[in-house]
Amino acid sequence: MSSRATFEVRLHGRGGQGVVTAAELLSVAAFLDGRESQAFPSFGSERMGAPVMSFCRVSDRPIRVREPVLKPSAVVVADATLLHHVDVFSGLAADGFVLINSAFSPTDLGLEELVATHPAGHVITVPATDLAREHVGRPLPNVCLLGALAALTGIVSLGALEQAVRERFPAAVADGNVRAAAAAATLVPEVARA
Amino acid sequence: MTAPDVKFYQVGSRAVGNRLLPLDQRSEQADPQRHNALTSGHRACQGCGEALAARYVLDTAYTEAKGRLVSVNATGCLEVFSTPYPESSWQVPWLHSLFANAASVATGVAAALEARGDTGTRVLAQGGDGGTVDIGLACLSGMFERNDDVLYVCYDNEAYMNTGVQRSGATPPAARTATTEAVGVQPGNPFGTGKDLPRIAMAHEIPYVATATVADLRDLEAKVRTAMSLRGARYLHVLVPCPLGWGSAPSDTIALARLAQRSGLFPVYEARHGELGAVLPLRGRVPVEEYLRPQRRYAHLFRDGSHAATLEALQHLADRNIARYGLGAEETF
Amino acid sequence: MREQLEGSRAVAETVARCRPQVVPAYPITPQTHIVEAVGAMVKSEALENCRFVTVESEFAAMSAAIGASAMGARTYTATASQGLLYMAEALYNAAGLGLPIVMTVANRAIGAPINIWNDQSDSMSQRDCGWIQLYAADNQAATDLHVLAFRLAEQLSVPAMVCMDGFVLTHAFEPIDLPEPEIVDRYLPTYRPRQVLDPDDPVTIGAMVGPEAFTEVRYLAHHQLQQADHWFTELADDWSLLTGRHLATVNPYRLDGARTAVVSLGSVGGTVAEAIDGLVEPVGALGLTLYRPFPAGAVRDALDGVEHVIVLERAFSPGAGGVVSADVRAALAGRPTRVSTVVAGLGGRSVTTASVQRMIGAATTGRLPALSFLDLRDDIVDRELAHRDAVHRSGPPAHNLLRHAASRPR
Repeated sequence: MSSRATFEVRLHGRGGQGVVTAAELLSVAAFLDGRESQAFPSFGSERMGAPVMSFCRVSDRPIRVREPVLKPSAVVVADATLLHHVDVFSGLAADGFVLINSAFSPTDLGLEELVATHPAGHVITVPATDLAREHVGRPLPNVCLLGALAALTGIVSLGALEQAVRERFPAAVADGNVRAAAAAATLVPEVARA
Repeated sequence: MTAPDVKFYQVGSRAVGNRLLPLDQRSEQADPQRHNALTSGHRACQGCGEALAARYVLDTAYTEAKGRLVSVNATGCLEVFSTPYPESSWQVPWLHSLFANAASVATGVAAALEARGDTGTRVLAQGGDGGTVDIGLACLSGMFERNDDVLYVCYDNEAYMNTGVQRSGATPPAARTATTEAVGVQPGNPFGTGKDLPRIAMAHEIPYVATATVADLRDLEAKVRTAMSLRGARYLHVLVPCPLGWGSAPSDTIALARLAQRSGLFPVYEARHGELGAVLPLRGRVPVEEYLRPQRRYAHLFRDGSHAATLEALQHLADRNIARYGLGAEETF
Repeated sequence: MREQLEGSRAVAETVARCRPQVVPAYPITPQTHIVEAVGAMVKSEALENCRFVTVESEFAAMSAAIGASAMGARTYTATASQGLLYMAEALYNAAGLGLPIVMTVANRAIGAPINIWNDQSDSMSQRDCGWIQLYAADNQAATDLHVLAFRLAEQLSVPAMVCMDGFVLTHAFEPIDLPEPEIVDRYLPTYRPRQVLDPDDPVTIGAMVGPEAFTEVRYLAHHQLQQADHWFTELADDWSLLTGRHLATVNPYRLDGARTAVVSLGSVGGTVAEAIDGLVEPVGALGLTLYRPFPAGAVRDALDGVEHVIVLERAFSPGAGGVVSADVRAALAGRPTRVSTVVAGLGGRSVTTASVQRMIGAATTGRLPALSFLDLRDDIVDRELAHRDAVHRSGPPAHNLLRHAASRPR
């Protein structure tokens, strides 16, 4: 990843899945890595279950723009039911990354064309909800997905992500989430190869 | 040189300056050393009930607060006639902000005192009926609900007098105002409208709610003293006849207030935390007509014989108050 | 200390370090995170000697602020949009009484139609109420401006509002250097009022003033507000000595030799700078931090030599045109400078780098009208106008436009 460019992430999910928090944690992790970063949600009246987006930009130069991420370097989809409802891949860079929370493969999800038009290993799925249930005890996939994103794109270090999570949540919650993130990160190399 | 012609008046036990009473039983107003928080020189009308009540209330509150009293005033007659530029008749720290917000401003003053640990300085908010029951109701209710340490006094002359006698939520049924003229099928203010602010205050269950009139100085002063002895939100509702707006003789102000109470139309009582307490019983009850006749705002009811039903309805209101508040009247009409 | 945190959080922490004594609070999107954070700090006693009053409306909030400030307390509150309008009467009252209340306005559009997203129509609607108006370009500025606002307000006995774009700044996470409590204490002395309700020295505050003196009172208010221009610079210099961070009434960007310049307020300035950097033409920008009083001298100086000024406004005056444009034109009086108004970002519509570049392109090729609306959807507008021509009972405009927008692809 070029250190001169701004890496822009767009996260899609539904209200209650922690997509807004995910963008914030990502930006804090980038800050802890010594980078410049910005995070904000697509703002709307809050309602559980409604589609939401959040954004995170990471750069080595101060970030001045505040428009929504229209040309993402990476798209994270926390809820696969959005895939054929919302245009989640709009503006995705040709060499961009896609991370989807699902136990199914991208092909199973009907994303063959996306896989074909992007570099190998850039479009992956990770069963984040299952991992979260296992490590955190709740189906909250957000931090788990960040672990996968870190491994997939290198946008932040796992260490910084862990620190950001520990600063934000009480120990019991943080512990589980950190384990889920690590587990997802470990999965990435294999699914990227598949 | 001949001796000055001094007239000695024999007066009853309820008079203000009764020299026959021991010192400790005299009213605040009888004290030549009283503070005169609202001092002379203001521009109130001759016979203004509000000026009288404000003087009574402020001087007693000032003494109870040992001189550490701050007053917040809503826009209205009192505010206008007491501060004619470039003069002011207030001898206490006094703040006028807007029409609707006396209660909120007082909340802010009380908050500032609490933030710096000043428990000695007391806050008194005042407004007319319009500024209290209508446009100021939201702010007042908020102050009550939070139980902010403020004594709010409403001087009720039953209409927006300062702006030319327009109807307010406190205007009684059948009364003529500029926006409820004595014309048409139902002349004057319609029945079935209006707010009873003391009852609304009681519904908030604040520490102290009381009604009073300018006819009973001692009762009014005692209620101010009681209110000042308590903390939290307190509300005092004082009936203050307005000669201009009521169309009554300036010299009738106190008499009319007494008739309002004695007819049962204006019940005088106290309540704590929503529970009714002591009431001023009716001694020498009068029929409502005796109270209404001296006021031109009710003149249309007596022009011909066609308003007997209205008079009956007003009498019924008085009867209902007597029953509801247990005013103990022996006479019935 | 430099941290990555939410704009609202940074403002709340900083306001707490300013030691407010009374904070009346009423919630409205998107200011909620600020007052919630301050309330939590009072409840946990992280912020001591402060009364947090949950009031029943914004009108009550500003009214309680008036009472508290008149009683000598350092007072703070926050609002936006409808809430700012609801307290409009009290805004004028606070300014007229000369009470140095500080308030955050989380800029948001005003309805109807109801809209919770960012534009500057709220604070612009109150530009004449007599308050100092400061606009934050980013969350660092928002943070620093609050400390400066208390000092400036108390110096002049004039209330001050710090405007920060709702959601765009309030809900954004970015790196912010929070001023240490010791620094704030050094910069901000205890509040010493010019007038106060004091039982030991009673005064009458808020008396009526008639025709014989009202003009003079209002003139003095205008004179006092104008002092904020030079006092801002002086107090900003003090702040910079303590923190190394510089605030200025206006912020020029690449104006040397620029023939075209974009003037704006608030966070859109960042997008404008990014857009300009991508161009070869000599285009510069001027961000205004101080809006009331209007820093006419600084604006005039900064735009010296500029032939075409584009004022990018997040609000406008229906039936007339730009709001800030009028002030800019007045400041440039006597010069042949062309001033165009571009109304953008209303109701939270994003102002993109690409749109700004297109706008500048139109300007430099002489195709920018005197007044235009950036990214206006002509197709939807035309459809609604045709509908109204055809049918008398055309229905609620908001409802129609949403249907037009949904049915027509971009």
